[in-house]
Amino acid sequence: MTAPPRRRIDPLGALLTAASAAALLLLPFVVFKANRILPGDPHGLLEVLPAAGGAACLATLALVAVVALTARGARLRLAAALLGLLAIALAVAAAADALTPAGNTVVRVAPGGAFWVLLLCLGLLATDAITRMRPGPLLRVLLLALFFAITLAALAHGTFDHLSVMREYAVNATRFAREARQHLWLALGSLAAAVVVALPIGIFCHRVPRVRSAILGLLNVIETIPAIALFGILMAPLGALALAVPWTGRLGVSGIGAAPAAVALFLYALLPIAANTVVGLKRVSRGAVEAARGMGMTSWQVLTGIELALALPVILTGIRVVLVQNIGMVTVAALIGGGGLGTFVFQGIGQTAIDLVLLGAIPIVALAFSAAVLRDALIEVMDRARA
Amino acid sequence: MIRIEELTKQYDATTVVERISFTVERDSITAIVGTSGSGKSTLLRMINRLVEPTSGRVLIEGSDTRSEPAHLLRRRIGYVIQGYGLFPHRTVAENIGTVPTLLGWDAARIRARVEELLQVFELDPGTYAQAFPHQLSGGQQQRVGVARALAAEPAVLLMDEPFGALDPIIRAKAQEDLLDIQRRFGTTVVLVTHDIDEAFRLGDRVAVMSHGRLLQYDRPAVLLTHPADPLVSRMIGMTDRAMKLLSLTTAGEAALPGAGGGGAGPTVAASASLREVLSELLWQGASTAVVLDADGTPRGQLSVATILARGRP
Repeated sequence: MTAPPRRRIDPLGALLTAASAAALLLLPFVVFKANRILPGDPHGLLEVLPAAGGAACLATLALVAVVALTARGARLRLAAALLGLLAIALAVAAAADALTPAGNTVVRVAPGGAFWVLLLCLGLLATDAITRMRPGPLLRVLLLALFFAITLAALAHGTFDHLSVMREYAVNATRFAREARQHLWLALGSLAAAVVVALPIGIFCHRVPRVRSAILGLLNVIETIPAIALFGILMAPLGALALAVPWTGRLGVSGIGAAPAAVALFLYALLPIAANTVVGLKRVSRGAVEAARGMGMTSWQVLTGIELALALPVILTGIRVVLVQNIGMVTVAALIGGGGLGTFVFQGIGQTAIDLVLLGAIPIVALAFSAAVLRDALIEVMDRARA
Repeated sequence: MIRIEELTKQYDATTVVERISFTVERDSITAIVGTSGSGKSTLLRMINRLVEPTSGRVLIEGSDTRSEPAHLLRRRIGYVIQGYGLFPHRTVAENIGTVPTLLGWDAARIRARVEELLQVFELDPGTYAQAFPHQLSGGQQQRVGVARALAAEPAVLLMDEPFGALDPIIRAKAQEDLLDIQRRFGTTVVLVTHDIDEAFRLGDRVAVMSHGRLLQYDRPAVLLTHPADPLVSRMIGMTDRAMKLLSLTTAGEAALPGAGGGGAGPTVAASASLREVLSELLWQGASTAVVLDADGTPRGQLSVATILARGRP
């Protein structure tokens, strides 16, 4: 007699289900605060939602758990994860609507621990499913765009308007747009400047091995200086420069503000790009370079057509590292008046207003994540084109 | 014609190539042979100015190689290196079209030339034109390397250990191919090798180098019969010099008129070397062989005595 085939329980599904269930039992789903800095009043999922809504949300989550535990198909698991995300998003929005007295803009309803744990678990479930599907680069970018489109549409529609983070946004809307622009400008501008400078440095280090360890060693030392310390180090020379050469001051150079932030980010970006350029060039076959010269390519044609073309994937990996690193590091620039989304983070910490911190932190994470996905997709497309 | 005059290369205090002069005839193959560190590669690379000479000069068809920018000079000279140096990110067709592209040929002309060369080198254009180098076998890569060097129809082809990475069977075939190609296109070939047998097999003339100096430059038979220096003798290997000498003459060249004794002996091809004919006669216990032309008509006969007479200086 043979036993009927037993369905194997998915280990990741089991872990995520257990964590989600524990969070729902032990942690508040939302936290109600009479104003933005008072300590909060925890509420469970079923307490705050209308009975039918709460039951529907729990039933949906249970269904998602069943799929996560037993289903093998990646598409089904992804669909379940997205359904679960939709359910908790609607639930937290509904809870905020239910707890907020009409016309009151002082109370804050913030997502609680259970919401964040569920968000994390469902996010992991979705990521795992997407990884199992092995989507092509184009599909990954499409998925990302779709996710952003839905989220932005919901935000524009006002679904989450009663949630604490959106309350903070409503107060800071114009500043938010300005700081987000400043954030991107600092991150991408310093990256672009670093590429322009680090590529020739890398090429130079490759061509002249004697200076390689000295130059890369110096960049390495810069890399180890903590960001705050580097800002401090830069204050004196940049301040002195602005005083001594007045036109640089009129251009925005000063000891504090965006200038030292941009300079520091630029300096941090040099090492990964220069080092990857050296490694990439070193991996180029000597025979190919010798043959290229021997057939009459000019030095410029050998450099661009052969050496850099062959080293490009490695150089792009360095740029990718810097891009993600910069988006995160610009946050700290707010400390010296450099602007960016970090402004909200540090302001929020100062005022013990956690919702304000989230207003800065969530877009920063989203930006870094999107940048990584876009870069990976680009590198993969280029690798495919050559293979 | 390539004239090399008093060519010298020094790096700091070391002299790598010392006052070398010789002339390479048009439409011939010259093999430069020497041990590693003899300066043979440096000498070759001074011809296309990958290495700039410290003193002396190189004349190609009477004009000094320094009379034009180095990269323009190199586009007129084919260059093949050991390991071939194919561009891994470019297709076979793009690799072969490198110099024509540099010279600004139009796309249709480049395509036609690439196709012609692929066919010459027995690589089906439909299968290989769009392939990447890593998809080819070692022998195919070598052929693409030579095809690439010949793409712009250079009058001179420089080769630096072009067969070094091939196994013996493919190597012999590649050497045959080079002789065919050289006859077909009438290219002047200068080839560097450390293998004396390869130098004798391919070279109309052989230059023997040691420690930066040219010991002797002459036809292979003269190197065997009149070595100019004990080192040349040592390098050639004197114990089987008679056999080496026999291998330099073909049966067709040495055959004497005659019917060959009524077909008693074995038949050999006119293109076979005397060394091969002698071996065949020994094996069969015969004293005379009939030499046949490529179309099978008898050209003459070869006796053991005739062959042995050819194995003496």
